[in-house]
Amino acid sequence: MTAAMPNFLPVAPEIFVFSMACVILLVDLFLSDARRGVTYLLTQLTLIGAAVLTVKGMSAAAVMTFNGMFVGDALANVLKLAIYGVTFFGFAYSRDYLRERGMYRGEYFVLGLFGVVGMMVMASASHFLTLYLGLELLSLCVYAMVALQRDSGQSTEAAMKYFVLGAMASGLLLYGMSMLYGMTGSLEISAVRKAIEGLSADNVILVFGLVFVVVGIAFKLGAVPFHMWVPDVYHGAPTAVTVYLGTAPKLAAFALVMRLLVGGLEGLAVSWQSMLIILAILSMAAGNVIAIAQDNIKRMLAYSSISHMGFFLLGIVSVSQNGYSSALFYVVVYAVMSLGAFGMVILLSRAGFEAERLDDFKGLNQRSPWHAFLMLLVMISMAGVPPTFGFYAKLLVIQSVINAGMIWLAIVAVLLAVIGAFYYLRVIKLMYFDDADDKAPLGGPADVRVLMGINALALVLLIPWVGVLMEVCRAAIRALAVA
Amino acid sequence: MIFGLDAKTIYLLIPLSCLAGALLAGLLGWKIGRRASHVVTILGVAVAFGLSAFVVLPDVLAGKTFNGPVYTWAVSGGIPLEVGFLIDPLSALMMVVVTFVSLMVHVYTIGYMHDDPGYQRFFSYIALFTFAMLMLVMSNNFLQLFFGWEAVGVVSYLLIGFWYTRPTAIYANLKAFLVNRVGDFGFLLGIAAVYMYFGTLDYGAVFGIAPQLAAKVVQVLPGVDWNLITLISILLFIGAMGKSAQVPLHVWLPDSMEGPTPISALIHAATMVTAGVFMVARMSPIYELSTTALSVVLVIGAITAFFMGLVGIVQNDIKRVVAYSTLSQLGYMMVALGASAYSVGIFHLMTHAFFKALLFLAAGSVIIGMHHEQDMRNMGGLRRRMPMTWLTAWIGALALIGFPMFAGFFSKDMIIEAVHHSKTPGATFAYLAVLLGVFVTAFYTFRMIFMTFHGKPRMDKETFDHVHESPWVVTLPLVLLAIPSFAIGFLTIEPLLFGNYFGTSIHVSTQHPVMLELAHDFAKGGESSVNRIGVFVAHGFQSLPFLFAMIGLGLAWLLYLRYPEVPGKIQARAKGLYALLLNKYYADEFNEAVFGRGARGLGNLFWRIGDVRLIDGLLVNGSARLVGWASSIVRQIQSGYVYHYAFAMILGLFLLITFFLHG
Repeated sequence: MTAAMPNFLPVAPEIFVFSMACVILLVDLFLSDARRGVTYLLTQLTLIGAAVLTVKGMSAAAVMTFNGMFVGDALANVLKLAIYGVTFFGFAYSRDYLRERGMYRGEYFVLGLFGVVGMMVMASASHFLTLYLGLELLSLCVYAMVALQRDSGQSTEAAMKYFVLGAMASGLLLYGMSMLYGMTGSLEISAVRKAIEGLSADNVILVFGLVFVVVGIAFKLGAVPFHMWVPDVYHGAPTAVTVYLGTAPKLAAFALVMRLLVGGLEGLAVSWQSMLIILAILSMAAGNVIAIAQDNIKRMLAYSSISHMGFFLLGIVSVSQNGYSSALFYVVVYAVMSLGAFGMVILLSRAGFEAERLDDFKGLNQRSPWHAFLMLLVMISMAGVPPTFGFYAKLLVIQSVINAGMIWLAIVAVLLAVIGAFYYLRVIKLMYFDDADDKAPLGGPADVRVLMGINALALVLLIPWVGVLMEVCRAAIRALAVA
Repeated sequence: MIFGLDAKTIYLLIPLSCLAGALLAGLLGWKIGRRASHVVTILGVAVAFGLSAFVVLPDVLAGKTFNGPVYTWAVSGGIPLEVGFLIDPLSALMMVVVTFVSLMVHVYTIGYMHDDPGYQRFFSYIALFTFAMLMLVMSNNFLQLFFGWEAVGVVSYLLIGFWYTRPTAIYANLKAFLVNRVGDFGFLLGIAAVYMYFGTLDYGAVFGIAPQLAAKVVQVLPGVDWNLITLISILLFIGAMGKSAQVPLHVWLPDSMEGPTPISALIHAATMVTAGVFMVARMSPIYELSTTALSVVLVIGAITAFFMGLVGIVQNDIKRVVAYSTLSQLGYMMVALGASAYSVGIFHLMTHAFFKALLFLAAGSVIIGMHHEQDMRNMGGLRRRMPMTWLTAWIGALALIGFPMFAGFFSKDMIIEAVHHSKTPGATFAYLAVLLGVFVTAFYTFRMIFMTFHGKPRMDKETFDHVHESPWVVTLPLVLLAIPSFAIGFLTIEPLLFGNYFGTSIHVSTQHPVMLELAHDFAKGGESSVNRIGVFVAHGFQSLPFLFAMIGLGLAWLLYLRYPEVPGKIQARAKGLYALLLNKYYADEFNEAVFGRGARGLGNLFWRIGDVRLIDGLLVNGSARLVGWASSIVRQIQSGYVYHYAFAMILGLFLLITFFLHG
């Protein structure tokens, strides 16, 4: 170890977003409420700038820096770009919602950007500590964002629950990491990997640590039985925060799974494979079944997210390159679908009116056939009906499960997905076959409508390029294997 | 090469320009209005026609063909699913014919559908049809062929039921759909068999392997040996029977006349229904290996050619007469294929596309003039009111009956000659059928012409005075179609049939030397091309078919102009025969009684036992109740208390630890 300057190039996007967040924080202090648009614009420009930096900094080989704590590889780049993208859309959807509710201040955007930095760090982490650092940065931002509507009891309660349970999960994760450190003598992921190769896979302490780590990850993903916070927080948080919370952090959680379980602990795959199978089945079953009983769309989408997380775990469970890349594909597709669904909830809301109930979607087709159609696309994609991306994502995951020789698991997954189709189709039924209670025409600024259109149509129109996108995911995963 | 575009881009541009027009008119038609809708679709098809006729065709004539993928969609199980084009003389010819007729029909539609509320929708559909048809003919693999095949079927279904508030239209499109399902089932089985035994869906590869499998025998039913190639050929031909309306799957085509006339011209006469003919010609390397299959094609075609023509004699709806004539002409094409004279079949396909589209559009023009009256018994004497329509209809009619020098003469005479030379089993029967068919064709065609345009008007004076010639958008396509209906025959017969135009795209085995014999006869005509054609035409005037055609024409003149009271008397005398023809051999009644009732009975049975009891009762409602019950129980766990949640997490942790450390 020398005091040589670390290579800052791979970290350039993180530094940029972080500095910009600080700048925005300062600029926002001096802005009147009427000119808050500047904050918004700066935030969006930051995301675009970060995307440019990330694209420019892409290199074929993985680059390590900060003494092996940070890595810039294809997986990190793909995840980061996806994170910028969904955050960009999410911020755009949220703008008017925030303004109408008096939350259109710098906090939301600054916290959001800091959260993005956290996610970026997670995506690029090659060390347990970096990983944890990113995770905590993201979590702290999100706790505060959930409580952004200070006068709302519901929000505060949700934030409180999230904070308490999140702290507990963090503790469990750290405890697990310390166990692993104790056995392997390193916190660096590649070193841990090597050390495990020399140990027996049923080493008690290793498995003990692994269980804690898996529980920590499961909490972040919202997998059953560590999912209890998900519906309450999704429901309690202002929808603008839910759209943030329900999309990009899933990508970061994927990074957590890949870096920890696949990158570091693949030697223990026999153990975590069966743990994840249990979590996946429980999540798909509980998520899909309970979602049916919901009459609040945010809660319904929360349970749907639980079931989707279960589904994506199946890709990991197959412990193969193909499985991992199908899981990556699934998570990205899920983030886009979830973005569309929550975006639509925001679009239907007006000042003083939250379009939270399923009944608020009644007769949407009479109010705006175009938006009903977009929501239809999002819903059928979530249900996994061809020819949408949701279908391909499910297909690829199931294919990898079958290739791994677990046909029974594939059958279970398909059956549970069929149960899940019910509540997605119910939304469609409400939109097209029921009469609207609320005849108010649908508003929303032009740019949001355009983005919403892009968001939903992408789920269908990009289908011809499904092979290309899948290849990107494969390349990202391959890079991880080489590193 | 044009505008610096490479060949692949041009090939892609041809179908995609039609698709773009269809999408614009279909999705944005409500916004951009009627005028813009027909402008974009016509522009799209015009681009496709221009590129096909002035870029692709010259390229192909210069020997520049193409065969390869342009876009790989996915690879599934080692089989690449791709969009690929095979651009050779056969497909180039089809592309030109399809886009030309389509362009004419597009222009014509402006006049025909002028007052229809579904104007934009109609343009969108026909442009979409053109796209699908181009994908079908340009395909280089079975999968894309199937895609195009089904896509044209869907558009045809949509267009037959275009006036979806008419119960008859809905009945007709459902019928077309169901009958085509029967054909497509065979077609799909054929493709599956190709994949199973050849391991590829690429034309080139399949044709390459086919000779090695010529003697392969498979057992579909245990104990019965079937030659693989014969099996595949016949299965594929069943698809062609559905699409090209061959007996007994012909029943949908006459009913399809419920659709607007422009599509009767484009889809149900000139292009889509000829897809079956095209497909068999494309598959010539396979069909040539099986004389049995060729014989089936020949006999089915002959039956269709003769017996469907007979039905045309008793029809009174002007469009139905033309529809039955289409059935009969499709039979002629199939006969040519069955006699191994593929190029003659395609030649007739081309001439028929022009003159049949012309006749349909002329019929449509009459229908516009008569304010949507289609019954010929209420027409007559329209010659003076609609001179342009009358003139072009005459050209179309002369081409159809094969009057020497007109386009249909060359193709039809060649078919008759080809069958005459053919040694394929069933050729004698087919020869008789197509020969007598000439008489029948001439009779019903001129019955139609005389009833419509000549004689005394059979409508009241006021109606007759209101009849007037159609606008130029209608007559222009008529004139443009009349030119090839007259001239395309003698202009192209030499290169298409006896020159080397088709090259390797059509394969004829040495066992079926019909084309060689035809060429031998034709070459006797003399040294120069003009001489040979002159001799052929002169010979045509002395031949048996010409005599038959003249008898048919003369008989029609006698019965419908000279002594118009006679047909009623004949009808009264030959009641049984008349009823048989009027009811189209009772094919509809038979299908309804056997297949219709049988399917409904079976469906009812399954519905009562399978659906209502098992699926609905036990599986659907039962499981829905179970899930609903479980859902209401499990949601109770979500109590809202944070210590419950924390407890659940700890419990989960403990279970995992216990399970993995001590399990």
